[in-house]
Amino acid sequence: MLSMLTDHQASPPTTIRLKSGDAAPVLQVRNLEVTYYTDAGRAKALDDVSFTLRSGEKLGIVGESGSGKSTMALAMMRMIKPPGRIEGGQVIAGGVDLMSLDSESMRKARLSTIAYIPQGAMNSLNPVMRVGAQLVDAIKSHAQTDSKSVIEGRCMSALKSVDLDPSVFRMYAHELSGGMKQRVCIAIGILLSPQVIIADEPTSALDVVTQRQVMETIDSIQRQINAAVILIGHDMGLMAQFVDKVAVMYAGRIVEISSAREMFNDPKHPYSRALISSLPNLDNKGVFQSIPGLAPSLLRLPSGCAFHPRCARAIEICSTRRPNPEAISSGRIATCHLFARQL
Amino acid sequence: MVNLLELRNISKVYSRGLFNAQSKTALHDISLTLNENDPTILAIAGESGSGKTTLAMLLLGFVQPTTGQIVYRGRDISRLKGTERTIFRREVQAVFQDPFAVFNPFYTVDHLLTVPIQRFKLAKSKAEARGKMDEALTAVGLRPEDVLGRFPHQLSGGQRQRINVARALLLKPRLLIADEPVSMVDASLRANILETLRNLQRDHGVSIIYITHDLTTAYHIAKSIIVLYRGSVMEAGDVDTVIKNPQHPYTGLLVDSIPWPDLDRRWGERPIKARETDASLEGCAFRSRCPEAMEICKTQPPLFRIGLRHASACYLHAEQPRVAPECLSELLSA
Amino acid sequence: MSVALIASVAPELRQPGGLELVLRYLRRNKSLGIGVAILLILIAFTAIGFLAVDPKHAYPLSAPTKRPPSWTYPLGTDFFGRDLFAAMAVGMWQTAAIGVIAGGLGTFIGVVLGFVSAYFGGWFEFNIRGICQILTPIPVLLIQVVVAGSLDKRDVTIFTMALIVVMLAWMGPTLVIRAQVLTMKERQFVSVAKLSGVGDLEMIFKEILPNLLPFIAAAFVAQVFAAVFASFYLAVLGLGPLREPLLGNIIWSAQSQGAFFNGWWWWPIEPAVAMILILGSLALINMGLDELANPRMRRSE
Repeated sequence: MLSMLTDHQASPPTTIRLKSGDAAPVLQVRNLEVTYYTDAGRAKALDDVSFTLRSGEKLGIVGESGSGKSTMALAMMRMIKPPGRIEGGQVIAGGVDLMSLDSESMRKARLSTIAYIPQGAMNSLNPVMRVGAQLVDAIKSHAQTDSKSVIEGRCMSALKSVDLDPSVFRMYAHELSGGMKQRVCIAIGILLSPQVIIADEPTSALDVVTQRQVMETIDSIQRQINAAVILIGHDMGLMAQFVDKVAVMYAGRIVEISSAREMFNDPKHPYSRALISSLPNLDNKGVFQSIPGLAPSLLRLPSGCAFHPRCARAIEICSTRRPNPEAISSGRIATCHLFARQL
Repeated sequence: MVNLLELRNISKVYSRGLFNAQSKTALHDISLTLNENDPTILAIAGESGSGKTTLAMLLLGFVQPTTGQIVYRGRDISRLKGTERTIFRREVQAVFQDPFAVFNPFYTVDHLLTVPIQRFKLAKSKAEARGKMDEALTAVGLRPEDVLGRFPHQLSGGQRQRINVARALLLKPRLLIADEPVSMVDASLRANILETLRNLQRDHGVSIIYITHDLTTAYHIAKSIIVLYRGSVMEAGDVDTVIKNPQHPYTGLLVDSIPWPDLDRRWGERPIKARETDASLEGCAFRSRCPEAMEICKTQPPLFRIGLRHASACYLHAEQPRVAPECLSELLSA
Repeated sequence: MSVALIASVAPELRQPGGLELVLRYLRRNKSLGIGVAILLILIAFTAIGFLAVDPKHAYPLSAPTKRPPSWTYPLGTDFFGRDLFAAMAVGMWQTAAIGVIAGGLGTFIGVVLGFVSAYFGGWFEFNIRGICQILTPIPVLLIQVVVAGSLDKRDVTIFTMALIVVMLAWMGPTLVIRAQVLTMKERQFVSVAKLSGVGDLEMIFKEILPNLLPFIAAAFVAQVFAAVFASFYLAVLGLGPLREPLLGNIIWSAQSQGAFFNGWWWWPIEPAVAMILILGSLALINMGLDELANPRMRRSE
């Protein structure tokens, strides 16, 4: 156990870990819908989004800007602010539908059942408070107040789990490096041992070496408290190295969910395929493959399938009818007419 | 035969406090040369704090070096005045990282393109100017009618960055400093932008200095690479060689930490030692994190030539012939 | 969150027209909305006043004295025979003049000095900043009272009052504008403009200044507020140009005649209410502009 804390060696292959995930689902998102009401019209940021997450599983949500991935995280935490509104759907975590809770219970659920590490969290650490005080604050605002020593004990063990020296407790944010600040944010996220941790682009501002360190920390944390992790990002490489399952989002919908291996070796949805083939790797120097066209504005989505104007394999029905998410094999879901069962 | 660009023993030190008590060396004794007749793409790779941004600022003439000279086409850029300075400005351009920050929010995006056309007199009439703008925008895959006349906040990040690259295309500089041009852009658009940059070099003879922390994109676009860490050169050479066969422990750590989108190519075989926050140590900048650190590393290692187009500043290669910093460029263009 | 969505507006979509956006914004930004509304009412009142009554009646011996409000004299008359409706109209106009002159002058000085100091740095910066910082803690009220009090009564006009106010008010805008320019200078679009061959003057006027218009407007309104307030209290103390029906003067003369004790309640109350409305609307507009200038404070719908 101790070696896991200090060891930064390569993580074991994914297949072994999946065994622990056979338990009942720890998070179920069903038909989540979020709409933004803006001056220029209504934008459907999330459209009928559903997925399941088991304990110990790591899910990656990939998408480009505007695809809805950050909105997804905020919606699950019920942190959508006007002009956005959650219009429907359920988020079942810890046996309870979070959408049905009153605001006080939801506040308690945040951090204790489901924790969120937002994008740019490390820059949002309070610059005039010591790190330790912020950890203590987080506990006090989301859980019943235990005695001071119990709270501090929790903070210290959280710091230790992210491999930070206990002296960090008394430091200020500006005294820490980017990677260390991000690990403080992770520590805040795990203070109350949540069942689900949502990390939104946790490494986007970090260099490649620190990125690896932080991801290995999240990995180790996840194993220690057996939480499920949702990693939101746009870096497919990071997904390949870290997650078990990948969900690809486009224009507010999930277009494919597959295991990591299936997604990288044999993606089904044309958008996933285009994404995978546009990735640079060491074997195809100088070959650049991009996806033609532009992502559509959410205010003015194309008819039928939102991807059809850019799709190399679009058929006639794609421009008239919206495809629905369907299971194409065990655990794999695709939202595409090419894989729809014959009616 | 004059070189396009020469950095002669450039150092940049930032000092603070009374009597310059606290100082931070952003760059230490960097030299390089770019040949005028051989436009190339040189990647400068490093993490934050490596000095790569300082290098960009120096090359653009926004800051002055503490020691050393920057010579553009035979003239020291700190001494340029008048017309010569305007010529320098015209011929040395940049593409920056943040697609939004380069736009003046008060104006439409056209402003980014019209101002240089006007100042450098690139067109004789409004129609000609518009024609050039259309041409540049189409070349980066945008439809002029979709973007001209709009404000920056009305366009997506990808569109904005493409307009930035269009600006470079329009100006056709001799030297383009690209400072992380694709790091804030979606993956599917990166290929497009990188390809445009490569075409600039190949078809229009523009030399590009591509500054990045992302070795993957550097690999795809550059011919040579210099790896910086805390202001010093760690490794340099042909980009294929350096990335596929890194010799310096730091480069090795970098390459090892690249998240490949390939489940069979795992990162993280080498352990990471945390960076000490301050440490302005003598000797090799990487010493405190290096698993191979030796006693001799307390003195600054010189560059050793370890291949035809490959050099490493590490005592692990001490038996190899030394390379003076000034000769680094010969090695890169060999 | 909404920024990313609004950023990709399709070209065919109808953009709400300019005026509509302004009105919608005023509805959201309540301070600005209410402030502007009150200001418009006051302007209307002044305009109607000038149209309805002869401005000369704002001066003594124009009307029967001490009449309470009635049909002929909607706001009554005072001890000296001034038609208060005319007096208020003229007084408000004069207050506005002082405010705008002093405010405008103060802001102008602030913009020029602030820009010069921030953009060129060096010697200018050191001196301008130094002078501002030395003068700022000086108690403005006292100095104004002393200066106004030592002037020969005949020299005190609307104009000299405005100057007295500006004398010690220019430091505020200077420091604010300086701070803003310092920040703007570091923004990347300024670097790109430099790369595009833009020179210093063009940089100041065409690149940086347009982005500071909300701040300059806010500074202007704050200056107008300070000027109106200063002229008011100087006049209330009897240091204003006594012949003119400045609102503060009216109150001063009412008080010196013991208006309340004598039952002429309308005499001091009307200018007081007017002054509260003026200052209130200016303060609200200032708050509203602050929100406009500082996007982080902008509340979403």
